[in-house]
Amino acid sequence: MDYLLTREQLLARELFREFAEKEVKPLAQKVDEEEYFPTETVKKMAEIGMMGIPFPKEVGGAGGDYLTYIIAVEEIAKYCATTAIIFSAHTSLCCYPIYTWGTEHQKEKYLKPLLRGERLGAFALTEPNAGSDAGNQQTTAKLVGDYYILNGSKIFITNGGKADAFIVFAMTDKSKGTKGISAFIVEKGFEGFKVGKPEIKLGIRGSSTTELIFEDCKVPKENLLGSEGMGFKIALQTLDGGRIGVGAQALGIAEGAIAEVLKYVKERRQFSKPIGSFQGIQWYIADMITKTEAAKLLVYNAALKKDRGVLTSADAAMAKKFASDVAMEVTTQAVQIFGGYGYTKDYPVERMMRDAKITQIYEGTNEVQKMVIASHYIK
Amino acid sequence: MSFRIIVFAKQVPDTTEVKVDQIKGTLIRDGVKSIMNPEDKNALETALQLKDKYGAKVTVITMGPPSAEAILRESYAMGADEAVLITDPIYAGADTWVTSMILARAAQMIGFDLITGRQAIDGDTAQVGIEIAEHLKIPVIAYAVDLKIEGEKVIVTRELDSTYEVISAKLPCLVTCTKELNKPRYMRVGNIFGCFEKPITIINNSILKFDKNEVGLVGSPTKVRRTFTKGPKEQGTIFNGSADEAAEMILSKLKAEKLISQQ
Repeated sequence: MDYLLTREQLLARELFREFAEKEVKPLAQKVDEEEYFPTETVKKMAEIGMMGIPFPKEVGGAGGDYLTYIIAVEEIAKYCATTAIIFSAHTSLCCYPIYTWGTEHQKEKYLKPLLRGERLGAFALTEPNAGSDAGNQQTTAKLVGDYYILNGSKIFITNGGKADAFIVFAMTDKSKGTKGISAFIVEKGFEGFKVGKPEIKLGIRGSSTTELIFEDCKVPKENLLGSEGMGFKIALQTLDGGRIGVGAQALGIAEGAIAEVLKYVKERRQFSKPIGSFQGIQWYIADMITKTEAAKLLVYNAALKKDRGVLTSADAAMAKKFASDVAMEVTTQAVQIFGGYGYTKDYPVERMMRDAKITQIYEGTNEVQKMVIASHYIK
Repeated sequence: MSFRIIVFAKQVPDTTEVKVDQIKGTLIRDGVKSIMNPEDKNALETALQLKDKYGAKVTVITMGPPSAEAILRESYAMGADEAVLITDPIYAGADTWVTSMILARAAQMIGFDLITGRQAIDGDTAQVGIEIAEHLKIPVIAYAVDLKIEGEKVIVTRELDSTYEVISAKLPCLVTCTKELNKPRYMRVGNIFGCFEKPITIINNSILKFDKNEVGLVGSPTKVRRTFTKGPKEQGTIFNGSADEAAEMILSKLKAEKLISQQ
C-alpha cells in the first residue's frame, strides 16, 4: 500500500519502525506482566517529536498529517498495544480537541506542552451510567463567579493516573439534554480533583486506566472548551478521530501477530516438516493476511479522509469496527497456530490476543459503531 | 563565520540483509535496501552533538548515484544544516584513492574546520578518511571514542587495542569515529516534514574539474584481482582431558607446527 504514501510518510514510517523495534519491543512483556506504564518510552517519543505529529509547527507540533500519526500508532502497536493507546489517547482525544476548539490562551498554556510531550493528555467522557449512552452525563458543572464547579465521577479513563491535562465533559444545563453538555480542560492539580482506583485489566495492562473523581472541583471559567452546550459535539467529533487511532492500534496488533506466525511456522516442525508447509496452516495465514490488508485500507482511508477534511463518522466507525474484529480474529488464530506454546507466556501471541479484545470495546463498542454506520446511511 | 563541520557519509546496501553469490563471490545487491552507512551516523551524531554544544554548521556530503539523495534527506531529518551530493557518471568505479581525491577537492571548495567520517560496511577499507586528510594536508585522528573542541584545538580520545590515547590536534582536522563514540539520534518527526523541500547542492565534474583520466575506474590504481567468499572453517580437534593434559597437548601441537620455538 506504499503507493498511497508520500515521501515524508515513508521516511517517517522508517523512523517509527526503527523506534518501535529498538525502544518499544524490548519493554512490551514487562509492560504487560508488571502492569508497567512505560514512562521512559513516552519521554523518548516526545524527544523525537511523536507526541504532536498531526499538528502544525506553529503550535508546537511536528507539522505532519493524520495518516503519518496513524502509521505511528500502527507501528508501535505491532509490538506493544499499551504504548500505542497511551500515545493515541494523548494525541487524538486530548490534543485534537484543544487544537480544534481551544482559545489562543488554551493553546499556549496546554496544547504546546502537550505537543512537545512535556505533558500527557487524557479524555474523560465515560461514567458508571454513561457508557454507550454517553449523552446521559451525570457529572455537573455550575458556574460560580470565575469558576465552574464540577461534581461527579468518570471511569475507565486511559492515562488517568499519568496525565497532566484532561478533557472532561459535564452537564452545564441538564434540561437541554445532550445540548447541555460542556467540555472543560482540567489540570491534574486542580482543587477537588482526584484520581481514583486503577483498573486491573485483561489486556493493555500497562496503560493507566482509572476513575476520576470531582468533588466541588474548581475549574477556571477560561478552561471551558468551545462554548457552553458544545460538549457533546466536541466529544463525538473527537471520537471520530480517536476511532481511527484505535483502528490503527488494532491493525498493528494484527500485523504484529502475523509477523510472529510467519516466523513460527517456518521454525516449528511436526511430522518432519515445518508446519508452514501444510496447506491447513497456509489457508489460515492467507485469510489472516487478506483480512488485515483490508483493515489497513479502511483505516488508511479514514485517515486520508480526515486529512482532506471529508471524514464522516461512518468512515471512522467502519475502520475501527472492521480492524478490531480482524485483530481479534487474527490474534485468536495466531494462538491456535502456536498450539500449546501459544497459550503460554513464552510467546507474545497470547498477550496480543488479550490486547486485541479491548479494541472491540473502547472508543465505542463495535455495536455502537454499527449504530453510527447505519444511522449515516439510513436517514 | 561559524564553526563548520563536514560529515562524509555513504549509502550502502544493508549488509545485514545481503547475501553472497556463491559462484561469483560478489554481493547480491538486487532487492537489498540501501541505508546510510551505520558508522557514518556516528560521525553525523558527533557533528550534531558539537553543534548542540558549541554551535556549528553541519554539512553532510555523499558521493554516489543520484539515488544517494535518500541518505541526505535522512541527514536533514536528523538535524544536518546542509547537504551535498557529488555525482558524475565519470566518477563511477572510483577506488579509495580517487574517491578521497574527489571528496578532498569538494571539501576544500565548501570550507571546513572539522571533518568526521568512518569506514563503510560495504568495502570496509577505512582508507578514504585518512587519504582525504593526506590530500588536504591536515592532521587526522582515527578511531575516536571521545572528542571535544578547545579553542583552536580538538582533543580526541582514541581507542587502541588495549589502551586509550588522548591526542590534541590543531584545527582544521579530520577525525574518524568508532561506533562506541555515541548512539546516533533518531530522525525527528518535525524535521522529516520539510526535509524534502530543503536544497541539495549537486557537485559534478564541471565544478570539480578533474581530467577524466584521473577519476573513475580508469584513474583508480587499485585493481581487484579476485573476490571470493571464505569457506567455512575446518572442524577443530576436540580434546578431552584435564587442564594440565590439555596445555601439554596444545604445547606439543604448536611445537610440531613450528608455531613456537622448540625450547
